Amino acid sequence: MRTQNATAYRFLTPYLLIFAIFWIWPIISSFLISFQATRTVPWRFAPAFNWGRLIGDPAFYNALKNTLLILVIQVPVMIALAIVMAVLLNSPLLKARGLYRFAFFAPVVVGEVAYSAVFRLMFSLDFGIVNKLLESVGLEKIDWFSNVTPAMAVIMIAVTWRWAGYNAIIILAGLQSIPEDVYEAATLDRVSKLKQFFYITLPLLKPVIVFCAVLSIIGTMQLFTEPFLITERGGPGGGTETLGLLLYRQGFRSLNFGYASAVAYTMAGLAIAITLVQLWLTREPK
Amino acid sequence: MTSRSQARLGRSILLHLFLTPLALVWLFPLWMMVVFSTMPDNGIFSPGIELLPHDSFLDNVANLQRGTNFIGAIGISVSVAVTYTVLSVLLTSMAGWALARYDFHGKGAVVAIIFGTITLPYAVVLIPQFIMVARDFGLANTWIALIVPPLFNSLGVLFMRQAFSMMPAELFDAARVEGVKEWRIFLFVALPLARPMLAALAIILFLASWNNYLWPLLINSQPGAMTAPVALGTLVGLTKVSWGGIMAGAVMLTVPMLIVFVLLQRHFIAGIAAGAVK
Repeated sequence: MRTQNATAYRFLTPYLLIFAIFWIWPIISSFLISFQATRTVPWRFAPAFNWGRLIGDPAFYNALKNTLLILVIQVPVMIALAIVMAVLLNSPLLKARGLYRFAFFAPVVVGEVAYSAVFRLMFSLDFGIVNKLLESVGLEKIDWFSNVTPAMAVIMIAVTWRWAGYNAIIILAGLQSIPEDVYEAATLDRVSKLKQFFYITLPLLKPVIVFCAVLSIIGTMQLFTEPFLITERGGPGGGTETLGLLLYRQGFRSLNFGYASAVAYTMAGLAIAITLVQLWLTREPK
Repeated sequence: MTSRSQARLGRSILLHLFLTPLALVWLFPLWMMVVFSTMPDNGIFSPGIELLPHDSFLDNVANLQRGTNFIGAIGISVSVAVTYTVLSVLLTSMAGWALARYDFHGKGAVVAIIFGTITLPYAVVLIPQFIMVARDFGLANTWIALIVPPLFNSLGVLFMRQAFSMMPAELFDAARVEGVKEWRIFLFVALPLARPMLAALAIILFLASWNNYLWPLLINSQPGAMTAPVALGTLVGLTKVSWGGIMAGAVMLTVPMLIVFVLLQRHFIAGIAAGAVK
């Protein structure tokens, strides 16, 4: 490759302009705004104003706790399910593969609003299909949205439904990149399928699984639409409010940009920490 | 039958016995979306269990249209998604081409900044983007506000950089010897060769724009400027609302994408899987 500054930048500049204006500058700007008191005109520099408030704000700890709780339960369950889906979809014994793929992958194209509306209706107290089915097999119906635990459960179920297939697609691609002969040798040595899965497949899939986990954690960390629409603005009583919802409420309902930016940077800090853990987990052995 | 093929048959039966109920559970919400969208509201609120479609879909669409101009919103969503996809594919493939095929000053820095910021949550840029677009540029409730800011997405750049760098250099060098200009090589040699990757990228970008909710909710909140997901979202949670209408809206948002998914499954899956397997 020859050095071709002029040609290269002619191709690159249109994208770089957009990238600088709508991504790089906002990243810097958001950091600066988090150190300003933004409800006075003009804004003034007050380093401890938002961050000090954040540290003492019960609403922040509530949102952080809810977000982490969803992360810790939903992400592992979903990744495990995605691995199971991918491995079984990859089985040479499977008939009508296309139908199964459709069933698990279809949620990938469903928008957040559409599926939030469906889940809200499915889990409603008196006429929701889930409660009707529970009663038809003799179980008590559950008031899903009036109590925190079932409301959280609905959010986790909904997110898992929406994203498990997405992760299964990525894991399936990883599975298909494992060379066949690895398994042939193991089969000749009469290693059982289950052992092959735990001692060959899983270790070889580790980078892909870690990648999926990081994507899912960063996605779930920003969870907004589901608690906004399914549990009605983080209800009951803030019981399902997430950091994403707190940011929305502070930034766009109270128009408190400084405080909302501090919340946003808390999420960024968590994302950076998660990414560093990923790099450490998938580092090349020396 | 040998014992080995018997064991195979047993494993196959177990596999289907496990996977079929799971697949049915997974299809259930989509199926119910369709069923609800065809039921009159008094049917949705009745105590019986209804699992089969009825015939009130068009009534529900009419109910929905009374609550909000959903058809108009669909028009906005389609136009925005098409424009965004074309622009984004063009911008990111040009940038990917430059990064894959030329040496230039600052290349290392550009790649490092893109990779270094890719895992930052979108939430971080939300507030400055909003302040800039709504207050500084005064562009709230316009098409530009919906289309331009999301063009920053760098996944396409990395995707196309990968695609172009896998092509053999001889292809382009032959054209250069003939004196063909670089932009013509890009347009008429490189882009046609990258067609499958462009298709995968375009589908993913179109879907992202079609389903985008948070940014359009913030920036285009006036009724006449709303995208379809935002318009539908305003109805969810209202007390006196036609749930049949909401479900009809959900079906109109979802079913076209499901059809595209079935027809172009290979490209869809390539687009999603590309992020992970290098």
